[in-house]
Amino acid sequence: MRTNERLHRWRLLAITAVMALVMGACTADDGASPDGGNGDSASPANGNGAGTGEIVMVSSQLVPTAEQELMNNEILADFEGEVEFVGLDAGPFNDQIQAQEQAGEGEISLIGGLDGEFSSFGADGLLMDLSDVAEDLADLGINETYLEFGKLGTDQQLYIPWMQATYVMAARTEALEYLPDGADVNDLTWQQLTDWGANIEAETGERRLGFPAGEDGLLHRFFQGYSYPAFTGGVNTTFTSSEAVEMWNWLADTWEYVNPASTTYGFMQEPLQSGEVWVAWDHTARLIQALENMPDEIIAFPVPSGPEGKAYMPVVAGLGIPTTSANPEGAKDLIRYLLSPETQAATLSAVSFFPVIESDLPDVGPGLQAEIDAVEAQLNAADALPAYLPVGLGDQGGAYSQVFRDVFQGVVLDGGDPATILEEQLPNLQAVFEASGAPCWPPDPESDGACQAQ
Amino acid sequence: MTARLGWAPYALLLPSVLFLALFFATPMVQAFTLAFQAPDGSFGLASIERMLGDASFRDALLTTIALVVLVIPIQFALAMSMALVINAQLKGQGMWLYVYALPLGISELAAGIVWVSIFTQSGWLNSVLMGIGILERPITWQSAETPWLLIGIVVIAEAWRATSIIMIILVAGLQSIPREFLEAADVYGATTWQKVRRVVLPMLRPSLQVALILRTILAFQVFATVIALAGSGLDVLADEAQRWATDIDNDNVAAAYAGLILILSLVSTVLFLVLLPTREEHQA
Repeated sequence: MRTNERLHRWRLLAITAVMALVMGACTADDGASPDGGNGDSASPANGNGAGTGEIVMVSSQLVPTAEQELMNNEILADFEGEVEFVGLDAGPFNDQIQAQEQAGEGEISLIGGLDGEFSSFGADGLLMDLSDVAEDLADLGINETYLEFGKLGTDQQLYIPWMQATYVMAARTEALEYLPDGADVNDLTWQQLTDWGANIEAETGERRLGFPAGEDGLLHRFFQGYSYPAFTGGVNTTFTSSEAVEMWNWLADTWEYVNPASTTYGFMQEPLQSGEVWVAWDHTARLIQALENMPDEIIAFPVPSGPEGKAYMPVVAGLGIPTTSANPEGAKDLIRYLLSPETQAATLSAVSFFPVIESDLPDVGPGLQAEIDAVEAQLNAADALPAYLPVGLGDQGGAYSQVFRDVFQGVVLDGGDPATILEEQLPNLQAVFEASGAPCWPPDPESDGACQAQ
Repeated sequence: MTARLGWAPYALLLPSVLFLALFFATPMVQAFTLAFQAPDGSFGLASIERMLGDASFRDALLTTIALVVLVIPIQFALAMSMALVINAQLKGQGMWLYVYALPLGISELAAGIVWVSIFTQSGWLNSVLMGIGILERPITWQSAETPWLLIGIVVIAEAWRATSIIMIILVAGLQSIPREFLEAADVYGATTWQKVRRVVLPMLRPSLQVALILRTILAFQVFATVIALAGSGLDVLADEAQRWATDIDNDNVAAAYAGLILILSLVSTVLFLVLLPTREEHQA
């Protein structure tokens, strides 16, 4: 009995010592975590979660293996509890969280996901109110708009904004000499991009534009957040419009100058570095390695504009705690940790997702700086047109994106007539809204009830 | 003899029957049930119709069949010659076996990635061809615009990856042919080609049948090599099943695809059993 007590005291002492060390050197690279799971309720006042048991965090973001490793080995390394980060594709992600809800208990303590995903969980009553955490974090200056998003139209804070990203363009510098006359790389139109690709093809004989159209690529976001809104001003309510037909014709024409191996590209940083592609569009996290590795040869720049403006898709990821969380207190500690300026900076450097808090960005490499500049130029452009990620689709998110991919396949790869194919796919798009009951989201006008695709 | 064995053979069979019932028959029935259900749980043909109406269905079916038709004969020709080389008792026979069996130790996806490094635009093949001056600029082997080229490189990768399994079966079959038969053929003055046609191939029939069935079933499931080499540029049935299950999150249509693969495998197995009867089946 006595020995036990002494052991316990030693353990507490050891934990306190490690805590002191870590607090002394916030950025110390300390992978070791003190032994959790002794049910010690006197967790340290700064809320770093020692001894609150293992936390399983499931996320639809940072899914690629390399990003998961960075998350587990770098970003979460300084967290004072045991945490396991698991990235899952949208389908399994939804399934796991719904299954835990149905079972009434489970291992998942913290969810990382997109606004649209949380809106489905929130509607199903799966999320805990995190207003207390939001209050704790008030000093950090979390982006007000995003905090408001996190309420999902209720008076409760159902998720806390976590990190943000978007998509930009990148180009190899040797491409710049082929820019069309009078074109400014920082203020292009989509038509000028086509002309640029045509010039490159005419001069070098190679098709050097590139899009991530492979299995793992995010091309569907190009349609949903870039080409559709830029050409038609909407997405779902302008799906079959004449402007949409024009957009698909433009893309089919542009594809003449797009590297035909694009259907194998998942991350554009790879073909950019190898030189197979000279000009590419992709997610900031999927371009960063090219920009970091070759800062003198590869530049980042804002996306071009279409007739309706410079459409771009802000990606806001948040953190929520399921009502069935195995370890809600630990999960709250993890939220505080992930939102701390140090972790936000570490997230930016490691996986190039941007902070959602007000803080001076850390000294970053030239590649990341190039991305930051491009993102800011995009955000502040006079004709900027934010187009949101799908909201409220729940488990229909994959089917939604598939509609756009099928149109792409039919029009661009198989050379079909856009008007016919769009009419064929319209019922599939509407079926997604009927199944999920999701109302339209910006830039489409708000709808009463399920969005009506047209 | 049989009478004296009593229940013993059945008891010995029981574990494998239980295993098959639990891990093969049950999921198979479940998959078929899923395929005949709509996502809301009602029974009907909705999911099958959805599969048939899927934009990629026709391409996926045709590509899968094209791959089976192209890969299997190439693999059998290769495997047969490899097996004959090994069986010829050449010097360093063991080495040949190891070299030929090497791809067996590599996973499907890893093999696909190896071939990507060869066929990608800035890959080995283009570099070598440009280095020796045959090409002026790189060829895009992995383009969705030239599907036959894509199918061609998948066939090459598949032939490299999965020929050794057939070879192993054929080597085993060859080694079970009694030497006396070949010696008798020699006595009657048969040429090498006659020996292969009249003695080796007929005696090899059971092994050929097993290898054909095994390899065809696996070919209908081809997946990782296609994903690695062709990305979204080439659709195959297994890839569609995976896409509907994970990306689109519709298990019913995924099950419909899986059921189709199963039916194709069953039909081809029955075909091989009927077309290539072994001696025992003849007698029966």
